[in-house]
Amino acid sequence: MEYKDYYKTLGVARDATQDEIKRAYRRLARKFHPDVSTEPNAEARFKEINEANEVLRDPEKRAAYDALGGNWRAGQDFRPPPGSGGFHREFHFGPDEAAEFSDFFASIFGRELHTGADDHRRRRGHDQTVRISIDLEEAYHGGTRQLRLDVPEIGADGLVTSRARTLNVRIPAGVTQGRQIRLAGQGAPGLNGGHPGDLYLEVEISPHCIFTHEGKDVLLRLPIAPWEAALGATVSAPTLGGTVKLKVPAGSQSGQRLRLKGRGLPGNPPGDELVILEIVTPPAKTDAAKAVYLDMAERLHFNPRAQLGV
Amino acid sequence: MTRTETRIEGIVLDEGLTVTLSELTQLCGSSGRAVRLMVTEGLLRPKGERPEDWRFDGFQVRRARRAVRLQRDLELNLAGTALALDLLDELESLRERLRILEHQVGQRRRELP
Repeated sequence: MEYKDYYKTLGVARDATQDEIKRAYRRLARKFHPDVSTEPNAEARFKEINEANEVLRDPEKRAAYDALGGNWRAGQDFRPPPGSGGFHREFHFGPDEAAEFSDFFASIFGRELHTGADDHRRRRGHDQTVRISIDLEEAYHGGTRQLRLDVPEIGADGLVTSRARTLNVRIPAGVTQGRQIRLAGQGAPGLNGGHPGDLYLEVEISPHCIFTHEGKDVLLRLPIAPWEAALGATVSAPTLGGTVKLKVPAGSQSGQRLRLKGRGLPGNPPGDELVILEIVTPPAKTDAAKAVYLDMAERLHFNPRAQLGV
Repeated sequence: MTRTETRIEGIVLDEGLTVTLSELTQLCGSSGRAVRLMVTEGLLRPKGERPEDWRFDGFQVRRARRAVRLQRDLELNLAGTALALDLLDELESLRERLRILEHQVGQRRRELP
């Protein structure tokens, strides 16, 4: 197993005072708390920080850890010194964290929960939260997502091993950014026959090349020609459900919004697609095209800056 | 070892979900008293007058779970937790606005020659 450098995890010196350790822990806990942090690996970092703190904040555990010596480097292959299995029964730590601590931690301090090995109370397993990224099409149509998870498993001997697990999860149509999906009983296993925890999936919708999403609404910038804007036209517009015909009213301008009711993400009620018009001018590369523009300039007497007073 | 499970259905925590006080305490691993304090603080806003009539929607469930974790892990008091949650909500909605605006600006830039 890998040696863990708890001092490095908390970013403190080996001779740090208990106050310095506490301050470092508090600062990192705020930074990497999964409910606050946007760091991609916040959950794992937060666990590491807690494990380091569990050892270093307690002078007895810190002394036992220090007794391993200061020449170890993080990640180095570690074998517990002979006989260390005997002393770990003296250590106490909270049941909530213990099951999630590393094998390295367990090799020094054991996994006995709470008040020692005699505690056989049933405990519900931990809830877990996993972020999943889906694309807008998947949010629109719904689908099945395969998830690979590392799940801690507690054997009859109380030892924790890790097990890879694959889940096929249904993504309901109409799920939106930031929503959580609760999978009852799919979290960490319980202790002593306790119920397993729940697994929460937090949905993140990945960027799309033409659409943006705002809740259940879908936004699209739709390019139109000047004459379509001026005279009105029926044009094709993409939606998540396929191409539809959209009526552009005469006299439309760039930035104007048209609403395609019910063409957003499904739901009750479904979202809309908001089409933002964007007038695109044709290039004037040929003599014929230039002539058209010059003709317009001559006949229309149009000052687009009239509102600016110039 | 890998085990593949059949397709699992989840429940989306949104306005379509409603839970009672006792269901909420189970979902966030908290006591009824702790939830009542969160309601008194205005941190949670259930529908219904008396605790036995309270109904929490999926958003309130998410908020309650977050509140419980923040209180426990960062040793925040109730007022501090409420403030943190409000600021996190605001941060989230600002990030959303930014994402939408960035997308629109990016699209415009691509259209320039």
